[in-house]
Amino acid sequence: MALLLDAVVIGVLLGCFYAAVSLGLSVSFGLLDVPHVAHPAFLVMASYAVFFLNDRFDIDPLLAGLMITPLLFLFGLVAYRLYYETFEKRGSDAGVRGIAFFFGVAFIIEVLIILQFGVDQRSVTATYIGKAWRIGDMRIPLRLLVAFAVAAGLTILLSLYLSKTFMGRAIRAVAQDQEALRLMGANPVKIKQWAFGIATAVLGIAGALLIIVAPVDPILDRAYIGRTFCVVVMAGLGSMTGTLIAAIILGVVETIVLTLFGASWAPAISFAMLLGVLAIRPQGLFGRRS
Amino acid sequence: MKRRTFLGGTIAAAVVGRTSGVVAEQPPVKIGMSMAQTGGLAGGGKASQLGIDIWRDDVNAKGGLLGRKVELIVYDDKSSASETPAIYSKLLDVDKVDLLFAPYATVPTAPLMPLVKQRGLLLMGNFSFQVNSKVGHDMWFNNAPWGPADSWAAAFLDLGQKAGGKTMALLAADQEFAQNLAVTAKAVAKKLNMSVVFDQSYPPNTVEFSGILRALNAAKPDIVYVASYPPDSAGILRAVNEIGVGDNVKIFGGGMVGLQFAAVMENLGSLLNGVVNYNTWLPEPNMYFDGTKAFFDAYTPRAKEAKVDPLGYYLAPFGYASGQLVEQAIKAVGSLDQKAIAKYLHANEVKTIVGPIAFSADGERKETATLMAQFRGVKDKNVEQFRSPGKQVILFPERLKSGELVTPFEAART
Repeated sequence: MALLLDAVVIGVLLGCFYAAVSLGLSVSFGLLDVPHVAHPAFLVMASYAVFFLNDRFDIDPLLAGLMITPLLFLFGLVAYRLYYETFEKRGSDAGVRGIAFFFGVAFIIEVLIILQFGVDQRSVTATYIGKAWRIGDMRIPLRLLVAFAVAAGLTILLSLYLSKTFMGRAIRAVAQDQEALRLMGANPVKIKQWAFGIATAVLGIAGALLIIVAPVDPILDRAYIGRTFCVVVMAGLGSMTGTLIAAIILGVVETIVLTLFGASWAPAISFAMLLGVLAIRPQGLFGRRS
Repeated sequence: MKRRTFLGGTIAAAVVGRTSGVVAEQPPVKIGMSMAQTGGLAGGGKASQLGIDIWRDDVNAKGGLLGRKVELIVYDDKSSASETPAIYSKLLDVDKVDLLFAPYATVPTAPLMPLVKQRGLLLMGNFSFQVNSKVGHDMWFNNAPWGPADSWAAAFLDLGQKAGGKTMALLAADQEFAQNLAVTAKAVAKKLNMSVVFDQSYPPNTVEFSGILRALNAAKPDIVYVASYPPDSAGILRAVNEIGVGDNVKIFGGGMVGLQFAAVMENLGSLLNGVVNYNTWLPEPNMYFDGTKAFFDAYTPRAKEAKVDPLGYYLAPFGYASGQLVEQAIKAVGSLDQKAIAKYLHANEVKTIVGPIAFSADGERKETATLMAQFRGVKDKNVEQFRSPGKQVILFPERLKSGELVTPFEAART
């Protein structure tokens, strides 16, 4: 019983971490329909930037994540513009070619990371890494608590931004009906570009969490393609709180299976769960039926 | 007299000059291989290749092999088993290499074994594990110090048993290499009359190990044998630090890949303390042989320049030793005849910078030289500390030993 309780607690925390690394994708893929398979590569790139700042200047990883956010925002703006001009603008089969574009970008990022940092694993140091918080018999890793708090904060911020601000509403509008927005005099491309910038900027903090939770290597993005897309699709495209809840469900199921039934089953169970959700609710757990 | 000496000298110089001219015109001895330059195995592949590069430069500085320069032809196999068969076919049929070295690691090497056996070629193996056990090729030689298949687990479990351990927990990555280790560990445990109280495999890319570790602790084992891959090794040790493993654990570690690489060691720092793990070469007093120091003097600056593992203990000297093995055999038989070279390597012990190497019939080391070493007094964020002896005390094999096991594990961690 103690093991089960432990598994649930760790699962919730791990789920929040999965949510943090998936939120950007929830905007770019979920809201904007951009087949952003390079999302995890952007995430790993952000982690390396955090590593650089931590290793060279001894800056706290979370602060380093915040510091690189504006740069990532600009990077996102440029990346979307490139994608739009070369693929999206050209019409119906742009989606498939867009996937090829983002795969290409992901490979380029991998190679650039290898050239700059080598192929070895990298990690950061901070006071909350490697320590645990004791509650009775239970010990909770502090780094997971940090991930939990940051993910919750990010979800609230993004949800508020998308529902309360003018630009946020415009982003939701462009996701629903691009043409209507154009008729109202707004430029959907610029709005999508801005949204893509936001989705990339969020990766500053998410990248910091990635390297806080575990060491990173240049090809770690491949391990996160499945997980992040699983969370976003299961949540229902474009729902921020849905992303958080779906990620927590994934985290809890993964940890319970891992702890009590055998670790080898964990990935299979999570993906079976995704298929189950898609079969019963094709729009995802929190998506609206279109 | 002076004039005669001068004249003689001139003639001699001209003859030598002509001879060396002839040497230069001879085609080089081509050694072909694929090596992971990208992908998951690239860290090891690059260090390994730098070791072989240094040997090539040394042997060429000494006049080459059979009076011919040595040239390495290397392709990137991207750490993938599916790449290597085509690369080796090209090496043989297009590049027409004289000798083959295997790629780094088990997975990319395995598909080559039928090819080299069918063509009757010598393959100098590079840190793979048991790839020849089913193929049975008699011209295969592994440069790794593993020795008999079960010696790895046997050394670790023997240390645990001597420390009073009666039960074992086994935690292994769901991946061929780690599973091979796990299978031998279970067989050895049975032989030692040790009960396995926890036996868990986890999938690659597992992010968080706290849950698994709690389940492992619940089984209260005396010995924890871990067969993990680099990303997981770090995750497991972090979880150990956060969750603990209980006072009953006498010895922890065994088959954790990654704890041999400088970047990982630097990252983990003091979390490594107390862990007993396998290794291949360490800067302990008994590990220096003819040329070892000179090798590391050459390796260190070149590694920095090439952004390769700055310590390079795990693979690089064995890459160099691969070269020394074929060098000695070729010089002894006086030709590049692969059958003769293989025959020589089966029959003779070769002195290398990692110690004397003798092969058994299956091409693995006759006697294991896999080290079991315990991390002691490691501090955070300092890679240079690992260059001094005493940070990884060798407990096994007896002939290379530099200290005794500190047990239980929790006591050894401080």
